[in-house]
Amino acid sequence: MKRLRYSLWIIVGIAGLLFGLFAYQLSQPKDDFVQSAMVGQAIPEFDLPAVVESRPGLSSADLADGEPRLLNVFASWCIPCAAEAPQLDALERAGANIVAVAIRDRPEDVERFLEVYGNPFTRIGRDDISEVQLAIGSSGVPETFVIDGNGVITHQHIGDIREDDVPRLLEELRKAGS
Amino acid sequence: MMRWRLALLAAMAFTLPAAAQDRMPPAPYAYTQLDDPTKEQQARELMHTLRCLKCQSQSIADSDAPMAGDMRHQVRTRIAAGESPKEVRAWLVSRYGDYVSYEPQVSSTTWPLFVLPLVLLLLAGTILFRRLGARTREDSA
Repeated sequence: MKRLRYSLWIIVGIAGLLFGLFAYQLSQPKDDFVQSAMVGQAIPEFDLPAVVESRPGLSSADLADGEPRLLNVFASWCIPCAAEAPQLDALERAGANIVAVAIRDRPEDVERFLEVYGNPFTRIGRDDISEVQLAIGSSGVPETFVIDGNGVITHQHIGDIREDDVPRLLEELRKAGS
Repeated sequence: MMRWRLALLAAMAFTLPAAAQDRMPPAPYAYTQLDDPTKEQQARELMHTLRCLKCQSQSIADSDAPMAGDMRHQVRTRIAAGESPKEVRAWLVSRYGDYVSYEPQVSSTTWPLFVLPLVLLLLAGTILFRRLGARTREDSA
């Protein structure tokens, strides 16, 4: 009889622990971000044509010339992409070389977007079917990747860049350069 | 009447930004089937087990999101080029992790999910066997 009591309490304890775990997990905010599994790996080979006349297109070879860069995945139809424009501008003024991939975008729309929100990019590739986006494990716009001089992805920033993200991205860029 | 119309207009004005989408046509193989029916069948079965990254609780076969269309295009062109469904799935998993695949995978993190039910079944079986065994022995005694 005594032994049965003990085992019953153990079952109650296990059930309590389970409910505790459920309560804890349910109280945690949901993480909607899908992290890229490509961080730490070389950027896959690609060659995108230009989308606007003022900037050349972008290929994977351009990203492996020794200089670390920020790769911004954006689109003119994406509202947070407009919101992060001042931060991209600040990054460029701080000396960052920023290249971009325009996702599913018409040239005239990109042109207008850059006129309104500024153009901090040295190169812009045109990705009409999200092929480069899928190849680097990006699941939305905007996203910003740090690429080192050998073309290896060292960091992924998901979502628009807020003001307090700027120093962190510059630090990641500095780390990629050393 | 006028007030209603104004309210309606205001409501429409507020819903417009939410509808921000690209104006590009879908990727060539987003909605177009492959000519080879066996390959199309393979691609289709695979698409039902790949997660749409934008809409998250749908497969890319069920979603009309432009990105899901672009993923279907990748699946179809890769299958058409001779890749096996397994290789295409591995390609996506190497980009987005296990998250993108709906197919259960036994891995270093998921093995308890497969082993635990077996352990519990075995445990329940032994307890039941011992109890029933004990009773029948009592009965026969």
